Amino acid sequence: MSKTHVKLKVNGREVEGLAEPRMLLIHFLREELGITGPHIGCETSHCGACTVDMDGRSVKSCTVFVAQANGAEITTVEGLANPDGSLGVIQEKFREHHGLQCGFCTPGMITRAHRLLQENPNPTEEEVRFGIAGNLCRCTGYQNIVKAIMAAAAELNAAKEAAE
Amino acid sequence: MIPAGFAYHRPADVASAIAVLQEHGDEARVLAGGHSLIPMMKLRMAAPAHLVDLQDIAELRGIEIGADAVTIGAMVTQHDLIAHEGLAEALPIIREAALQIADPQVRYKGTIGGNVANGDPGNDMPGLMQCLDATYTLAGPDGTREVKAREFYEAAYFTAREDDEILTRITIPRPAAGTGWAYEKVKRKIGDYATAAAAVLVGKGTASVAMTNLADTPVWSEAASAALAAGDVEGCVAAMLEAIDPVEDNRGPVAFKKHAAGVVLRRAIARAQSRAG
Repeated sequence: MSKTHVKLKVNGREVEGLAEPRMLLIHFLREELGITGPHIGCETSHCGACTVDMDGRSVKSCTVFVAQANGAEITTVEGLANPDGSLGVIQEKFREHHGLQCGFCTPGMITRAHRLLQENPNPTEEEVRFGIAGNLCRCTGYQNIVKAIMAAAAELNAAKEAAE
Repeated sequence: MIPAGFAYHRPADVASAIAVLQEHGDEARVLAGGHSLIPMMKLRMAAPAHLVDLQDIAELRGIEIGADAVTIGAMVTQHDLIAHEGLAEALPIIREAALQIADPQVRYKGTIGGNVANGDPGNDMPGLMQCLDATYTLAGPDGTREVKAREFYEAAYFTAREDDEILTRITIPRPAAGTGWAYEKVKRKIGDYATAAAAVLVGKGTASVAMTNLADTPVWSEAASAALAAGDVEGCVAAMLEAIDPVEDNRGPVAFKKHAAGVVLRRAIARAQSRAG
């Protein structure tokens, strides 16, 4: 099969490459770009470990062909760190509230939480649970994941208020 | 899981997309949100040689709220449906149903066109579209034609759409003011298809009732609708249980599914009636 030229922006960086159209976005990110934050969990669009942000929407990158993402802007968990490399607010709150146990689901959880809080900066606990329903934690550590997202929302809102 | 290789097309308009379908016949498939087709391709249960991605086709987007009818472009996602305030006012049952489909990530990608055109009996929108008496617009090499949702579904994955046609728009008449509505679904877990689901509209002397995943097509029942229109809830449930034809699978045996169907339908009717006025 002939390869197709793809050009996308990943974590603010322009990247280009040749890929078979059938290559999945998750494989392009991990194998071609070495961005291994997004994980391959179930590989059947159930678990959400491969979640990335694509043009402002959370998507499961195991169920998107890289050809579909041609021209798109992608953010992975790596792109949510502060510019100096320190943990971003959501990442820091996951650390603080022990929002991870084995850590496998964490990149997907944090990336999804980022989009959820962009759309709904002040969610109720119920809205957080509904909003992360596409991400599974097999350690079942949901309590602290939800706490971490609620704490991140509070801190982001406080920072926004302080800036205004 | 790696799908079989394919040539990728991303046309900018419907005519170009149809040209690709015409050229390659049943070797080609259109790709909307991809959340039914891509998993099938990864399992190699589908291996189209040509994939026609519809994402760049502007004419397949947009929601128009008219005085008498609402039209929705095929590439409108479930997320778009949920977020659209005008639609929530005109046809709130669509938001109620869309929120019960899959999970947030899937709803950002999954489209209403893909949901109704795929012919999967587990999809929620076909039954809802039958309840709402929607009409599908199909574009093909010889122009467009319209098919009623109630006449579109032939068997599981078999529909009135031809291989070289694309479902482009959905037109839904607006229910009369005061019409009550509900979409009720039971599923084993988030992301699962319905064990049973019911779409109900009920107004003054009118009603429409359809159910999902209880036969190899969605089931809209004229008898059940007529009974409910006359205020006969038990007659409606009895007529619907007569109309459905569930099969045993990992969601349960036939007797359980019929039981669940009755429970779900009664809940939907009660909620729809509570909203009528």
